Amino acid sequence: MSTLTITDIRIMDPASGRDEVGNIVIEGGLIVAIGDVPVRGDVMDGYRLTCAPGLIDARVKAGEPGQENLETLASASRAALAGGVTQIVVQPQTVPIIDDLSLVDFILRKGDALPIDVHVAGALTKGLDGKTMTEIGLMSDAGAVFFASGPEPIENAQIMRRLMAYAATFNALISNSPVTPALSRGTCAHESDVSARLGLPSAPAISERIMAERDMALAELTGGRLLLDLISSAETVDSLRRAKQRDIDVSASVSINHLALNELDIGDYRTFAKLDPPLREERDRQALLRAVEDGTIDIIVSDHDPQSAGRKRLPFAEAANGAVGLELMLPVGLKLAADEEIDLMAYLRAVTVAPADLLGLQGGRLIEGGPADLVIFSETEPWVLDSEKLLSRSKNTPFDDRRMTGRVRHTIKGGQIVYSAR
Amino acid sequence: MTPFEGYEFTKRHCLDISDFHRADIENLLALGAHYSDIDVQKHGPRDVLAGKTLINLFFENSTRTEKSFELAGRRLGADVISMQVASSSVKKGETLLDTAATLNAMNPDLLVVRHGSSGAPSLLAQKVSCSVINAGDGMHAHPTQALLDALTLRQAFDGDFSGIRIAICGDIMHSRVARSNVQLLNMLGADVRLVGPPTLIPTDADQWGVEVFHDMRAGLAGCDAIMMLRLQLERMSGSFVPSKREYFHYYGLNREKLGYAKDGAVVLHPGPMNRGVEISSGIADDPDVSLITNQVAAGVAMRMAVLHALAEGIR
Repeated sequence: MSTLTITDIRIMDPASGRDEVGNIVIEGGLIVAIGDVPVRGDVMDGYRLTCAPGLIDARVKAGEPGQENLETLASASRAALAGGVTQIVVQPQTVPIIDDLSLVDFILRKGDALPIDVHVAGALTKGLDGKTMTEIGLMSDAGAVFFASGPEPIENAQIMRRLMAYAATFNALISNSPVTPALSRGTCAHESDVSARLGLPSAPAISERIMAERDMALAELTGGRLLLDLISSAETVDSLRRAKQRDIDVSASVSINHLALNELDIGDYRTFAKLDPPLREERDRQALLRAVEDGTIDIIVSDHDPQSAGRKRLPFAEAANGAVGLELMLPVGLKLAADEEIDLMAYLRAVTVAPADLLGLQGGRLIEGGPADLVIFSETEPWVLDSEKLLSRSKNTPFDDRRMTGRVRHTIKGGQIVYSAR
Repeated sequence: MTPFEGYEFTKRHCLDISDFHRADIENLLALGAHYSDIDVQKHGPRDVLAGKTLINLFFENSTRTEKSFELAGRRLGADVISMQVASSSVKKGETLLDTAATLNAMNPDLLVVRHGSSGAPSLLAQKVSCSVINAGDGMHAHPTQALLDALTLRQAFDGDFSGIRIAICGDIMHSRVARSNVQLLNMLGADVRLVGPPTLIPTDADQWGVEVFHDMRAGLAGCDAIMMLRLQLERMSGSFVPSKREYFHYYGLNREKLGYAKDGAVVLHPGPMNRGVEISSGIADDPDVSLITNQVAAGVAMRMAVLHALAEGIR
């Protein structure tokens, strides 16, 4: 059995709060010793580098099945490893939609052959129609880690109430998109003086807050577990903070894009920065960063959403939403930390132990006897992002040509070095 | 006439008022004034655009803007082609950029574009090698309309209208004309006001450097010029306003409301008008008050000026 020791490395483990320079000994796919421990076996020099648990990305759209031209599970896994991500949760909006246990099983089997852990979020309603409940119990048993509304919210409060009440039986987590359709339908931007000047149809930020408030009230009524899927506004953060103080079982995710960009990044109709929810104001971004730091927002996701150039190079209102993010979630986070916009440990918590605990996954922590899933990165290496070099099959990113600080050097999964930067 | 004495016009496209600085605008307006002389217009130099091809590409229906560009192009000697987009390959699913590539291969010199999506002309401009003129995109901009309005006002106020007070009234929210006019009038030093019901004015319009009023009487007080906007009749169904009758009662321009403005105030409307909805016939047809036909005349002159200026850049 081969043994590997990573030496003199800054070890950051948000689960235990450990932040020290030391060694990590890996044997048989497990971490066998960590901290001020003797070197054994092969040596990897970690001087001036940092080590954290492999990232868990709870919101990934893969094109498989049905849209393999955009992304396959295999290409997504290569992109993930290049970004230090060792576990992904794929979203149900594939073709066909993952609303049946055989499809959950299909994805999980596909994932077994890949060097990362692939988990599945099942569709909350049949065909994501927003009306007909799926087999939440059976899909949970088959391995679905949570149930998602898809890009459209569950509009009908009565149906949402029943979904939450029913899912509570299985202690299943339900995620709903906090969007009020009547306010947001047909819009493509955040309502502000910027979008008004650009003449883009826009929705106010309270569209998000109104739906979030409704769902949190339903969670309180039913005792269900609620995940607010991708929040983006300061107003929603305030509502969420109040709900958490009242012990409602609610959690929230934010995309890395909304932590790093604001509405001004749309500039002159840059459709690669067209996202759902839309990019908002700088004060919203600051509120989101603070909410990650104080734990109000539980998890950061990449919201990886591969799109073809043809669907992006259209007039703004007609262009597709979304950006790829698997490879960039960590580097963008490191850049935010290097710019002192976010505390690095708080960032890491939101992409490792927090999603692991929320979804009941193994990993997400560095402990003796635990799986050796980890990422080794430089916090200071400068580089410029060239979207053509992304390993994802689609290259749609708003960060093209951006100067970055901090880069992934190695990704280790089950004790094997599965990615090394060239 | 050489368009700009001692001044080089370097802009390649005309997409948005914010593409230009004050000197560009002043020179464009001066050239527009030159072409306003009907003798110059009709018997002027046909060699300005001789050998040049102008393509009108209208994804939205338009009569006056399209014909105004066509006439302006012809009067400067250009070959003018109008693409019937509604019946062309766009209906067969061709994307905007494919259309752009196709047109580009025909080597036009000037491309006049109207499109229902904000930002579409700027996307086209990135992909074609000719000058692109925005003839209206979504709710974003309509720069030649703003320029012709400024030219009309300048003629009405003897060449200089800095400091005059102008109220833009009606459906600001959905109006590209209003957005371009706010930018241009602000740049030229006018005191700009927006008047309309809260449902038809963007929430953040007060950050555009204008004063916002929801009451006609307060909004028109002391105004030298009033610009009425067309109210799309489909707004009635979206709960923006309850009825034509109520809208006209509170926001339609008639003699009584005109009385709130300064004596001798003039009235503009980009057309086409809904008589009895936003403007009464009595006002629209009163030559002492209405500049509406002057606007149409200024439209051809101003578009000749824009085409001429851009052609300088092509050379």
